Amino acid sequence: MREVAVIGVGLSEWGELWRKPLRDIFVEAALAAIGDAGVDKIDSMYVGCMTSGLFAGQEHLASIMSDYLGRSGIPATRVESACASGGVAFRQGLIDVASGMNDVVLVGGVEKMTDVSGDGATYALATAADQEYEVYHGVTFPGLYAMVAHEHMARFGTTREQLAHVAVKNHRHGAMNPRAQYPYEITVDAVLKSVLVADPLRVLDCSPITDGAAAVVICPLDMARKISKKPIVRVAGSGHSTDSIALHDRKDLSEFAATKWAAERAYKMAGVGPSDIQFAEVHDCFTIAEICVIEALGFVKRGEGGKAAESGLTALGGKIPVNTSGGLKSKGHPVGATGVAQIVELTEQLRGESGKRQVKGAKRGLAQNMGGTGGSTVVHILEVA
Amino acid sequence: MFPARYWREIPQRYRLEAGKCKGCGKICFPPRLICPKCGNREFEKIKLSDEGVIKTYTVIRVAPSQFSGQSPYAVGIVELDGGVSITTQIVDVPLDSIKLGQRVKIEFRRIQQDGDAGILCYGYKCVPAA
Repeated sequence: MREVAVIGVGLSEWGELWRKPLRDIFVEAALAAIGDAGVDKIDSMYVGCMTSGLFAGQEHLASIMSDYLGRSGIPATRVESACASGGVAFRQGLIDVASGMNDVVLVGGVEKMTDVSGDGATYALATAADQEYEVYHGVTFPGLYAMVAHEHMARFGTTREQLAHVAVKNHRHGAMNPRAQYPYEITVDAVLKSVLVADPLRVLDCSPITDGAAAVVICPLDMARKISKKPIVRVAGSGHSTDSIALHDRKDLSEFAATKWAAERAYKMAGVGPSDIQFAEVHDCFTIAEICVIEALGFVKRGEGGKAAESGLTALGGKIPVNTSGGLKSKGHPVGATGVAQIVELTEQLRGESGKRQVKGAKRGLAQNMGGTGGSTVVHILEVA
Repeated sequence: MFPARYWREIPQRYRLEAGKCKGCGKICFPPRLICPKCGNREFEKIKLSDEGVIKTYTVIRVAPSQFSGQSPYAVGIVELDGGVSITTQIVDVPLDSIKLGQRVKIEFRRIQQDGDAGILCYGYKCVPAA
């Protein structure tokens, strides 16, 4: 297996992009990544997208994107794994390069979510849950994570304020990210007074609806050393795992086992453990998700995730900064793009390009991207080569 | 809701039909073709217990369109006696009195309706055990 490096990264504009079509949003990010990499050939590409069919009525995405990128003819593959589509697409690109099948691979992720009504978006996102045995009974995605939160609070004493601190911390980071959809700070009080969506989760516990794309260019590490003019970032570890998509089928309702398993695989491949990770981008689709995920990744002990944001452990300047980009909460969550955007943030941090939110001396970071209520998870570890 | 999709789940939704693995005894709801525990492919048809306890719940305040007329409503994960857990609405109880660990029983109720001309969908909900 060949070692793989990330040599180019790019994001499109993120937000409510009513004037931009799905295809142009993707191409915007892809061109940024190709320009950053300074390459003129792309051997193959992967497109992470959860449900352009329901959001935009458009499938057959890999072909349309390669065409509009001006690369018609190259092998292109669309990858779907709910909200983990982007991260899983990155892993497919990694496997493509590592295997020797292709050298220069573009991995993009995209979602255009604001063309449909709020009801339409709720419906589209709920397809990541079990249609017949969860959604049929009236549960929504905020509702599923609310049930995770309720269980975690009852078992470990996690408080409503601790949930709010996750959102406050991520908005504080996002306020330093000029590309975030909501780049401003919020207060614990504002979270606690925001509208209830599904008890105990309020609207400021939830990530937003976003149009946006992210893209990266990867190639063999040996080639990167020859052609790249930027600090080289290598992919040290990759882990991927699945679990039941119905929350009620899990023995433990607030442990994301797929995250634990994916992380174990990524740590093993990289030859490191949780204490060797300096910073991370994790899937904070809801505040409770970040709490459970940092437990599953081994950053804190089981049951202690609630204290992490409150105590400053996971803030910039803390022991392990989490979601320096602002996370899904503040940066935005165009679902298919999110996993790729995490790789963009990691790469920029490792190159020292993150401006005000730069993690000092960043040498190794981790990205965790999950689908549904944790029915799929992919974890990557990136290092300065 | 497409009628065929609704119709084929009726044995589970109306009668709580599950599959009990003839190899290891694991109860699967809905029934499966392969036992996730032992890999056996032979099952005996059984009916789930209609009583259990609330493991977790929430109150949905922003509901999908088919449920907007019911909002706010409680949804929980209930572990039925025998070990199978299901997602179900919790009804006939004040929303602020629901407790984790509370005993409930399953009743047959209307679940949702598809607009003015759509089909009515039935199934299980839980209510406080007497």
